[in-house]
Amino acid sequence: MTTVAAPYAGTALDRVDGPEKVTGRARYAYENLPADLAYAVVVQATVSRGEVRAVDADSVLQLPGMIAAIWHENAPRLAPVEDAELTVLQSPRVAYRGQVVAIVVAETLESATEAARLLRVDYRAEPHDVELRADHPGMYRPDHVNPNYATDSELGDPDTALAFASVVVDATYTTPAQHHNPIEPHATVALWDADGLTLYDATQSASGVRATIAPLFALPPESVRVISPYVGGGFGGKGAPHAQVVLAALAAKQVGRPVKLAATRRQMFAVTGYRTPTVQRVRLGADEDGRLSAIVHEAFEQTATIKEFAEQTTVVTRMMYAAPHRRTSHRLVRLDVPIPTWMRAPGETPGMFALESAMDELAVACGIDPVELRVRNEPTIDPERGLPFSSRNLVACLREGAERFGWAGRDPEPGVRRRGRQLIGTGVASSTYPVYRLPSQASARAEPGGGFTVRIAAADIGTGARTVLTQIAADALRVPPAQVRMEVGDSALPRASVAGGSSGTASWGTAVLRACEALMAALHRRSGDVPPGGLEASADTAEELRSQRPLSRHAYGAQFAEVGVDLDTGEVRVLRLLGAFAAGRIINPKTARSQFIGGMTMGLSMALLEESVMDLEFGDYLNRDLAQYHVAACADVRDVDAFWIEEEDPELNPMGSKGIGEIGIVGTAAAIANAVYHATGIRVRDLPIRLDRLIGGGI
Amino acid sequence: MNGEGNSGPVFADPITADILLSVNGDERPITVDTRETLLDTLREHLDLIGAKKGCDHGQCGACTVLVDGRRVKSCLTLTVTVDDREITTVEGLAADGALHPMQAAFVERDAFQCGYCTPGQLCSAVAMVREVADGWPSAVTADVSGPAVLDDDEIRERMSGNLCRCGAYVNIVAAIKQVGS
Repeated sequence: MTTVAAPYAGTALDRVDGPEKVTGRARYAYENLPADLAYAVVVQATVSRGEVRAVDADSVLQLPGMIAAIWHENAPRLAPVEDAELTVLQSPRVAYRGQVVAIVVAETLESATEAARLLRVDYRAEPHDVELRADHPGMYRPDHVNPNYATDSELGDPDTALAFASVVVDATYTTPAQHHNPIEPHATVALWDADGLTLYDATQSASGVRATIAPLFALPPESVRVISPYVGGGFGGKGAPHAQVVLAALAAKQVGRPVKLAATRRQMFAVTGYRTPTVQRVRLGADEDGRLSAIVHEAFEQTATIKEFAEQTTVVTRMMYAAPHRRTSHRLVRLDVPIPTWMRAPGETPGMFALESAMDELAVACGIDPVELRVRNEPTIDPERGLPFSSRNLVACLREGAERFGWAGRDPEPGVRRRGRQLIGTGVASSTYPVYRLPSQASARAEPGGGFTVRIAAADIGTGARTVLTQIAADALRVPPAQVRMEVGDSALPRASVAGGSSGTASWGTAVLRACEALMAALHRRSGDVPPGGLEASADTAEELRSQRPLSRHAYGAQFAEVGVDLDTGEVRVLRLLGAFAAGRIINPKTARSQFIGGMTMGLSMALLEESVMDLEFGDYLNRDLAQYHVAACADVRDVDAFWIEEEDPELNPMGSKGIGEIGIVGTAAAIANAVYHATGIRVRDLPIRLDRLIGGGI
Repeated sequence: MNGEGNSGPVFADPITADILLSVNGDERPITVDTRETLLDTLREHLDLIGAKKGCDHGQCGACTVLVDGRRVKSCLTLTVTVDDREITTVEGLAADGALHPMQAAFVERDAFQCGYCTPGQLCSAVAMVREVADGWPSAVTADVSGPAVLDDDEIRERMSGNLCRCGAYVNIVAAIKQVGS
């Protein structure tokens, strides 16, 4: 495979949808207003486990403007599917507090909101169990972990190696539940007509929603159309359809009118997914020079009773560092909790907090610089798969990042640097993310009046996909980007994979490129003549992807942090964050930098602020709004920057690109925690790094 | 979530009011439910979708619009209270189809990703630059007796009522600084 030298890929094109977004013209899902629209609002369970005995639908139907109150006894029947998250209002069972038990539909949003508040639901409550503990008797070994990795792995004899290691780190780290909190709440407008079902939906995968929703209503996929040109952030939370999509469709079917439904911010803490909390034990065995002989990484996580999601927290450890003896594992417990799901770099994000914190502890224990320690444990091949790396530039990221950050001459002594009332420290952590590529289709069309239209049911959730695909198409069609009209976000377009796994550019870019190449060939055969009806070509990458040879493909990075910790309050301020990344060819430096620093900003937020607190008594997440679940605000984010090193990797895809949407968050929290240790001498192993964890630690 | 008490719900017809709403220079006669927020009126009845609903609780800032030139959270503003005020939404920032300098700077600096918080950021930024020019101090203004200076710390402090989950803050600050200085 050869990479294509190209004039527009690699340039900092402004977002092609920028003008729509800054003028308010970009229309997001809830902003569609079909005629005769009705408003739906959901009612959530107020018990964590049990059954709905009765819903007093008749009373609220007497309210002015009410159209329907739907619950399991009067809801339209859905076809049985495996995913119990989607078979809404089909049974009296309550599996977690906040699960949707009824939906009311009214002429106005105000009336529907009022009715939802007044609707009486009677329950038979049962005792609940919502507490994740590593020693929970219900811990089990899932068949596989997300998306399809082996649950456990073992090489050599890690227990013996640990017993004979000169230096051992044995520490347990925890990460709390975290909620995506895209600023656009999950929303759907559902419309039935003679052709079937149309859904204006906030989704990362129009094709995926169509494929998932159609069977629930016993429809062929072509009778469902999902339209989502603009999506207000997803971060994995909109990767697969949640209950609100089905509820909107079901309500619209019941009342015979278009229905719009959005989760409220507070409802999102129960019904639109979250990242599982984790308990992770990491054991590292090394010689006195810091060379690893053993790595053991065990994760304990939760899932819901009605659906399994097994976050792949320790999978990253299988590839990261060389060591002859190694073991990774995942254990889950089914609790009466909401359903966890993908959240930005599922697996790598919590896993690398633990592994990279442990590596810092090992560096301290061995008296070795933490950059040097990582370089010293660089593997030559993928340690567990035994495959060569397609490219691996972790060391270059560490070295170049250290150079630009000013790492040289760092005094490793913790707790000794004062600036005013702050203790100052620096920390480093590695970062990585796998290279995924999924089959997709695309079409390219030469318009009779000039210009080209390229179509693919991809999703631009803010990644810049629409822009980057425009650049790829422009190069293939040998025209300026302004002559390419890129259509995405509609299941009526050629089928595309999900905006997830940082796979978009690789997956959709390949399809777009091949469609454009096919069109160019067709045009060439016609000596460039475009017929009056236009000329179209299409591509499907399934075959091309199957022929990819087995290699270990990952992007790498190094994150450097400088923190100031207030001596009196324990408040941590991240003074500087610098990310160095090696992610193949960067197609648009402007949007790529935004992706990197955006991920790092979310990592900063994870390190210091984010924590969904489970209320053990009532069994739901307690701090369910943005005043209590803190995400980083503008004043929290100071000097955050990223750069990348040139990386040529011909074993990826025709663009030579690796995914960049998720790697920015991986390792950030560890770099910050390691910097906090350097500043204060206090090792915080439980996120977030709250004030009390430093004050209580004796700052 | 559940009904209140045992006597069943109270059934009252919504109370409405006929008002004249002035939005982006247009006078719009409208009948509103008195429970209706300005945000819902704009989005659901006037098809002005620029102002966004992120939390409906005044916590995220996505709904920020200008009322008589000052930034307000339209999700915390009942429409009936602004019938004699001049409302400007993101759709009204630019004149004659051109971009407002703040909008152009946001595009140039890539100060957004998904774009959902962007209208609120823009309205907030435009009003904030004016607040600084008018000498209003903030929590980080060192000398509250002198003129405020639009430096990075001031921008970050004053823009912290507008959350951006994509993490575009660094670029937002750069864009505002470019326009404001």
